[in-house]
Amino acid sequence: MSNSDRIEKQIELNAPLQRVWEALTDYHQFGQWFRVQLEVPFVVGRRAYGQITYPGYEHVRMEVEVVAMEPMSRFAFTWHPYAVDPQVDYASEPPTMVEFRLQPSECGVLLFVTESGFDAIPAGRRDEAFRMNDGGWSAQVKNIENYVKNG
Amino acid sequence: MSRTAEASRRLACSAPLFAALGDETRLSLLLQLGEGNLCSITNLADGRQQTRQAIRKHLRVLEEARLIRGVRRGRENLFQIEPKTLHVAAQSLDAISRQWDDALARLQSFVENGQ
Repeated sequence: MSNSDRIEKQIELNAPLQRVWEALTDYHQFGQWFRVQLEVPFVVGRRAYGQITYPGYEHVRMEVEVVAMEPMSRFAFTWHPYAVDPQVDYASEPPTMVEFRLQPSECGVLLFVTESGFDAIPAGRRDEAFRMNDGGWSAQVKNIENYVKNG
Repeated sequence: MSRTAEASRRLACSAPLFAALGDETRLSLLLQLGEGNLCSITNLADGRQQTRQAIRKHLRVLEEARLIRGVRRGRENLFQIEPKTLHVAAQSLDAISRQWDDALARLQSFVENGQ
């Protein structure tokens, strides 16, 4: 992580470029590893959306707007990060940009992932998103408790 | 700062927190305080096998990791949970960063092993 505005990741994937590109941009394949049931394909300038299937977050609806699809090299979309409260309309807030860049490497593909634009999100909303209110805190304690009991 | 140095710095910063959590008695004290109550040492020692002295020692460790906070009320010393410690951790980009780590690990397994 280079600063407060962005998250940067890179990973070497031991798979053909074409395969990685499809895993990222085919909405069915994307849904399998990202754990979201996308209802429509990714198309530049359009929205793709669907229900998260990650355990514990099934109530969350994911929505992205595709910004770029440059075959075998770049896939980018904007979204609202940690938009996990169904009661809140996040649409008026500035989104962050998620960008995947692919680079052929010796053993496959070097994938760079960047999520940027966090500085534009009002600090108050970050607070709200992660506020350990009584309910949240109790749930957290329950998690620890379950972990301790079953672990 | 290099990636490795940064990572070890973070580990070093988090170590006391995890050390504080890595004890059965302290976890159970934290759970008791997590109910949202202000508790005295007497409350907390109640029903436990350890002496008040031992409980006091555990509370100090939790306090040093800023998981709990001592509050003076009259002549009594009470303890309450300090949700901010976990709050700060969650609020930072670290949480989102970790989600990306998980997602990319799943992507890797998906493209490399087809699962």
